[in-house]
Amino acid sequence: MKLPRLELFDVAKSFTLHLQGGLRLPVIANVSFAAAAGECVVLGGPSGAGKSSILKMVYGNYRCERGEILVHADTGTVDIVTAAPREIIELRRTTLGYVSQFLRVIPRVSTLDLVKEPLIEEGADEAAAEARAGELLAALNVPARLWRLPPATFSGGEQQRVNIARGFAAERPILLLDEPTASLDAANRDAVVRLIDEKKAAGTAIVGIFHDADVRDRVADVVVDVATFAAEMAA
Amino acid sequence: MTGPGAKGGPLLRASGITKFYGDRVGCRDIGFELWPGEVLAIVGESGSGKTTLLNCLATRVVPTAGVIEYRMRDGRMRDLHALSDAERRLLMRTDWGFVHQNPIDGLRMTVSAGGNVGERLMAVGERHYGHIRETATDWLGRVEIAADRVDDDPRSFSGGMRQRLQIARNLVTGPRLVFMDEPTGGLDVSVQARLLDLLRGLVADLGLSAIVVTHDLAVARLLSHRMLVMKGGEVIEEGLTDQVLDDPQAAYTQLLVSSILQV
Repeated sequence: MKLPRLELFDVAKSFTLHLQGGLRLPVIANVSFAAAAGECVVLGGPSGAGKSSILKMVYGNYRCERGEILVHADTGTVDIVTAAPREIIELRRTTLGYVSQFLRVIPRVSTLDLVKEPLIEEGADEAAAEARAGELLAALNVPARLWRLPPATFSGGEQQRVNIARGFAAERPILLLDEPTASLDAANRDAVVRLIDEKKAAGTAIVGIFHDADVRDRVADVVVDVATFAAEMAA
Repeated sequence: MTGPGAKGGPLLRASGITKFYGDRVGCRDIGFELWPGEVLAIVGESGSGKTTLLNCLATRVVPTAGVIEYRMRDGRMRDLHALSDAERRLLMRTDWGFVHQNPIDGLRMTVSAGGNVGERLMAVGERHYGHIRETATDWLGRVEIAADRVDDDPRSFSGGMRQRLQIARNLVTGPRLVFMDEPTGGLDVSVQARLLDLLRGLVADLGLSAIVVTHDLAVARLLSHRMLVMKGGEVIEEGLTDQVLDDPQAAYTQLLVSSILQV
């Protein structure tokens, strides 16, 4: 029995749109699954099924209405649903990594500094962080002449690869991937698959969304069909 | 780097902070904790009470009710409004910074840039002219003011430069807590971006705690870990900054977030 790093029990989420007369939109209900160290759990199901919402709840980006989201960190177990904001901030610094669908560009911050940042947060020294960031950018075919520039003017695919490098730079025990291969060509998809394999070998628990069936088949240890968690419309 | 979540308890604890101006409510029954290394944004429209709250916290205004406790450098929590005037002045000169929206309110306009920074150092007992000048020049460099402007007074500076100078003046004494009132208000967007990036870097490098009042949700997103949303003098929503912005719960917060213009 492998050690679970992340466990979800009976998690539910809906949105209440106050600007639309209090319209209530149920998203998902009864979500339960676990991810163990070294395991890649892929969330499957059609667009709009609530896959991204699950990742955002785990990262503390969305509030969770019901259930438990247990993160087993080195320092103890935290339930994201009831955790204080500063506990979630600490988990993001030490335990939870996240690659979003889009890079949030910060004006004037260079590509290399963006990728280094999570390593510096973990306490890595400047030289080691720079070396690792360079390795990842090279592995993802981001040309070295771009590393000193802020990614604001890069193409969508380049920005996404910077985003992936940043997410994979950190040595967090849990990594959440929201469609990291969406805008990548075949060579770069292969690079991402290699990075995922490295993380699994290092004992990282991964929960990911991949629309590309080929990538999904290559990385998934478990596929969780999110469509089975569809919430009932309130009567 | 000391990040959020440092051990040893909160740096500041506010409970039941209420301020009336006659019959009119400034802010009502506000409580929160600020931990070392955390940046808290207070957002809301003008008139929502956010500046009143900031001024109460920074002891610039006496609240009608409520207690604000602060962890002094000796580790003891003290009631701020029960400090003696001398203790409070020392705190404001050494352990705190206050960045005003208008740099004129935070700078001495007829004193050179170097003097503006050096003055804060002298207030904490630094007497060696060479050290003061060296430290001041170093700080001007950190806020991207060229060394050849050190003897110019801020009347000759642009708005963005003045604001950067005000930041240097506040940070030179190594404060643990900085209050900021609309630090990027009134600046051009390109100047804002530069200032925000600078502030973000300084706050992270120095492990500062900060309380930032802003009506600009993009500023809050970039700078803060946590957020209080105020309306009509009360806090109507609070939480992690990205959670409040990505999954707002209160009707008013949903309105604010949906009103952000996309470029």
